[in-house]
Amino acid sequence: MDPSSTIQRLPAPPQPRRWSLPGWGLIQGLGVTALNIVQSYYRKERMTTVQYPEERAPISPNFRNFPFLCYDGSDPVAGLRCTACSICEKECPPQCIYIVLDRDENGKSLKRPRIFDIDLSVCMNCGICSEVCPFDSIYMDGEYELSTDDRFGGLLFGLDRLSKSADYHMQLRPLQATEIATRRKADEDKKLAAQAAKLAKAKADKEKKDQEMAESQPEGESA
Amino acid sequence: MTLLENLQHANPALWSPEWLPRLPQRLVEILLQSCGAPDWLVTLAGLFVAAGTVVGVFLSAFALLSLIERKTLARAQNRIGPNRAGWFGILQPVADGIKMLTKEDIVPAKAEWLLHLAAPILIVVPPILALGVIPYGREWVPVRVELGLLFFFAVGTLTELSVFMAGWASGSKFPMLGAMRAISQMVSYELPLMISALGVIMVTGSLSLPAIVAHQAGFHLGFIPAWNLFTPWGLSAGLIFYVASIAEANRCPFDLPEGESEIVAGHMTEYSGFKYALFFMGEYLGLFSIAGLGVTLFLGGWQAPLPGLGLVPSWIWFFAKLAVVIMSYLWIRATFPRVRIDQLMRFAWLCLIPMALLTIPAAAIWHYAGGGVLGWLATVPLLLIPWVVLTVVYNRRLAPTTRSYTFADS
Repeated sequence: MDPSSTIQRLPAPPQPRRWSLPGWGLIQGLGVTALNIVQSYYRKERMTTVQYPEERAPISPNFRNFPFLCYDGSDPVAGLRCTACSICEKECPPQCIYIVLDRDENGKSLKRPRIFDIDLSVCMNCGICSEVCPFDSIYMDGEYELSTDDRFGGLLFGLDRLSKSADYHMQLRPLQATEIATRRKADEDKKLAAQAAKLAKAKADKEKKDQEMAESQPEGESA
Repeated sequence: MTLLENLQHANPALWSPEWLPRLPQRLVEILLQSCGAPDWLVTLAGLFVAAGTVVGVFLSAFALLSLIERKTLARAQNRIGPNRAGWFGILQPVADGIKMLTKEDIVPAKAEWLLHLAAPILIVVPPILALGVIPYGREWVPVRVELGLLFFFAVGTLTELSVFMAGWASGSKFPMLGAMRAISQMVSYELPLMISALGVIMVTGSLSLPAIVAHQAGFHLGFIPAWNLFTPWGLSAGLIFYVASIAEANRCPFDLPEGESEIVAGHMTEYSGFKYALFFMGEYLGLFSIAGLGVTLFLGGWQAPLPGLGLVPSWIWFFAKLAVVIMSYLWIRATFPRVRIDQLMRFAWLCLIPMALLTIPAAAIWHYAGGGVLGWLATVPLLLIPWVVLTVVYNRRLAPTTRSYTFADS
């Protein structure tokens, strides 16, 4: 048996049905490139390449890489949301987060990190830290120009480089940041309301007690 | 005689723009003459300076073309192209040169080092030799050779030798395959190239390139230049020459010898650094020489394209035509994909060579009919009917739609 008969061949390409001038396709192709060359000089929309160091393409809000720490207000130390609970440290799959809790001289927790290091050379951008954080503190960043000539120190980010303001977060990912800001505001309001209610209750209790005292006192005096 | 007297006795036209490219040569000759040097030394030194002028002009043209090519290809793909080195990337050739020079020079362990070294040097020599006989202007012919065209083709054939040398000496498979392809392609396309030039020789009656240019002087009807391209046999031969010259210069769409998607870089695979740059230089100089010959044979060389433009120096016309031809090469490179090896061979042997052979009787008929209406009536059917038969019937209706590969299929 002829071995070549067992091989499946691709169907022949369709023949051009209408008769056309020989070489017409070549001329059409030349026309396309000529149009490209000429129009590229005056039609801006043809040139889709972004000239990178001078200009940058806008990054999508869905773009996420290395984490950063969020702080409220303008002071990166006082406003830091992180409480050094070290949940992210424990959840981090490649173990790239290192946290040391800050304590005062009596050994009492100050509920803030003294050291918060992320080794970007280890981080795998999974975003688990930002998902597990109960304090809305850690989020994924949109920074991508992180190349450095110092592969140890240059990629070990401490608090100074990780702390970024809530405004930055709002700018980077408006949808998520707005949602979180609203929730935090509501929580704050609730807390304040609860506090106010507690205060009012305490005041009322005190008044009641005072009244009882006032009512009982004359009896005692008289006794 | 003193230098001053020599200069006074020299042709007053020496200082005209027409003589500008030959000014260094003449000045050196006059200087040596006034020093009392023997005649052979004067001639030799003058030839050296003339050769130096040609090499200098075409090496700077090579640098410029490498930038223009990248820019044009980028524009054809809606990109900007190199724009970092200098103003609009004007220093890019310099940057390329520095990069090439500082690269490591690698010789494979299995290479034959002497041939491996000689090939890139020898590939630059034939184009430079060939460029020496082309008449660039009315007064600017670096070397006047009576058999210029013969010399051009004889020297041009040497390129194949160094290509094969490179492929063989590299001691590797891809260079060998690339060299095989290069040889088969160059041998196949040299035939139509030379045969299409025969018509010009017949009509001119000379192998001297200045004589061929001089024969194309004048204008028909007062405004159509009397170039060989504007005759039926010349148009046919010119187109064949154009296509064959693209293949000879290893340009896209006939750049099979270095088909990078198939055989890495062909015969240049095992070369790096400046040797690789020399291959590039040889290729571009070959492009200049073959395009320059095409301009000389069919586009009237340094003749002005319209009457009344005699004031412009003739060499400017030559280089303008050369630039147009080379830009068309770039345009074609930006447009067409690479052909397959069997398509390449089929095209050369079944279309170009028969058509090129037909230009010979057509040129003869044209010559004896004395041109004019009679010549057109006699030669146009002679060329058009076989062309239609070859392209439409033979290469379209009878060409195989699928290709079977004897060794791959069994």
